[in-house]
Amino acid sequence: MIEANREGDVWVVAEQNDGQLHDVGLELLSKGRELAETLGVRLTAVVMGADVARHAERLIHHGADCVVAAEDALLAHYQTNPYAKVLCRLIEEHKPQIVIYGATPLGRDLAPRVASALRAGLTADCTDLDIGDHVEPGTKEKYDRLLLQIRPAFGGNIIATIVNPERWPQMATVREGVMRLPDADPSRRGEVVRFKPDLSPADLPLKILDHTKTARKVNLKAARVIVAGGAGVGSKENFRLIWDLANSLGAAAGASRAAVDNGWIDKDHQVGQTGTTVRPALYIAVGISGAVQHRAGMSEAQKIVAINADPHAPIFQVAHYGIVGDLNRVIPMMIDAVKKRV
Amino acid sequence: MGYNIVVLVKQVPDTKRITGEAMRDDGTVNRSALPAVFNPEDLHALEAALELKERYGGRVTVVTMGPPQACEVLRDSLERGADDVVLITDRRAAASDTLATSYILFRAVRKLVAEQPVDLVVCGRQAIDGDTAQVPPQTAEKLGWPQVTYVECVEELAGGRLRARRNTGEGTERVDCPLPCLLTVTDQAPAPRPASAKRIMAVKKARSRAEIERETPDPAQAQARAEALQARGLLITQWDLQDIGADLAWCGRDGSPTKVKRIQSVVLKGSGFKKVEPTEEAIATMVHELIEDHTIG
Repeated sequence: MIEANREGDVWVVAEQNDGQLHDVGLELLSKGRELAETLGVRLTAVVMGADVARHAERLIHHGADCVVAAEDALLAHYQTNPYAKVLCRLIEEHKPQIVIYGATPLGRDLAPRVASALRAGLTADCTDLDIGDHVEPGTKEKYDRLLLQIRPAFGGNIIATIVNPERWPQMATVREGVMRLPDADPSRRGEVVRFKPDLSPADLPLKILDHTKTARKVNLKAARVIVAGGAGVGSKENFRLIWDLANSLGAAAGASRAAVDNGWIDKDHQVGQTGTTVRPALYIAVGISGAVQHRAGMSEAQKIVAINADPHAPIFQVAHYGIVGDLNRVIPMMIDAVKKRV
Repeated sequence: MGYNIVVLVKQVPDTKRITGEAMRDDGTVNRSALPAVFNPEDLHALEAALELKERYGGRVTVVTMGPPQACEVLRDSLERGADDVVLITDRRAAASDTLATSYILFRAVRKLVAEQPVDLVVCGRQAIDGDTAQVPPQTAEKLGWPQVTYVECVEELAGGRLRARRNTGEGTERVDCPLPCLLTVTDQAPAPRPASAKRIMAVKKARSRAEIERETPDPAQAQARAEALQARGLLITQWDLQDIGADLAWCGRDGSPTKVKRIQSVVLKGSGFKKVEPTEEAIATMVHELIEDHTIG
């Protein structure tokens, strides 16, 4: 167990795969920057792999004061045990007060392993982080300037604020796409610390037999306009209407979990708590009732148009434009209106 | 021969069913409208274990931690083909966070290992009430076993090793991992089999002591019923924290480093929207406005 170290840095674990930094690490640097400035400590990015010190400049330009590059040929391809071992060793040596990870499959595989080894608290899939005071209700003990870990729970129907008063470091994973990707500032300077972990093959229980990269068929995060369909669309055949409207607008097609579960569209298109978090200029929700899990992934859209037969559907409460009606009639009218103005 | 496989499962409120009906007008959720269900990905974990047993032989033991009514998922597991089930129930385990939960499950697996070495622990990737995916890796770490998460397909068990395909988020990879190890499987793994009618009849009377005590208030009658069930192999094994040799400082609230500071129900802003009639004219006007303010076009 690690004692609370109030002088400790804020750490971001920056994920890289095959020589590419994952966006989520850069997104976390923007939030990490805020936390470090509030606490008056440094922001450190930790990057692990075979040849990763070359990412240092980019991490510094995105907000890091210091980059710890743990380099070992045995870290070339991710596997849990050696990465957890290296990170635990670095945390025990440097005693950061906060460690944040991307809530990617890699981050969600690594972070709990590290938390268990350090007996530290960990909060999954945060949508926001802040610094604040806390009074423990049972003991009335007061804790200053803790990491407030804010996340949806119970299928997104409640928002919980979690703290980790004593067993530090305070650790959290943060969902991809939730924090803004900061602009790079090429004038920023920082320190680079190289760390040689000295691993042996015995530290790697797994053999990676092969791996394939699947290009994402759809990039919802980058789409300016998204037309998304839900259970109300009714059938796979009818989902054609969603594609037609999306095509007329040059938009990407999205979906609620219900539509994906019904097999009307591929999981890559899912928006929401268990899908992709999006911030488009326009989000058109068709036949989506608007369960909180879905809203958690799209409510940051600049403009929301909701089309639903049920006037009481919760989606209308986050909408800017609401059309109560039959989508089979409304969508052709919309396509028509879009085409007419060209 | 064969493999001794343990499956860790959880009974959860059915958060997926939160649609219009389960939502109140103020945007909060009506929990009583949600039934308790077998965590969906845990059913895939059970299926993976049962398939391995069919291919290679062995035993499948299903373990859950929860209140006595969590026995429902254990009976469901028996109906689908599990050989043994264990309920871990103890008031002192309440308010456990993921770290404390993983400690309790670790102690339970250790107790099973003491009876007979375990080759494989299989879990669902995550539970739909918390969505954390933390308990399985934390349990693996305490066991000192390797973990393979996000598994879509267990290809083979041979020579004391397991071969599986997992999702990396960027694509897939195939790994070869020594046993014993812990797996988490996603809903891309083979779909769970239905319960067999024959087994439903055979196990529908299975009860844990906690359930018997609730259903049969008279202690003498409860004891007689427990003995009768035990004689027929229908008494569900029930362990408390003492039974698994757990250090109470690691369990429940005391054993949990994370504390809930605040819970807010999600209440929609309801800031009001512009109502558009489903007519050609009104829709054309809306599209025009979206073009005018550079949202589209």
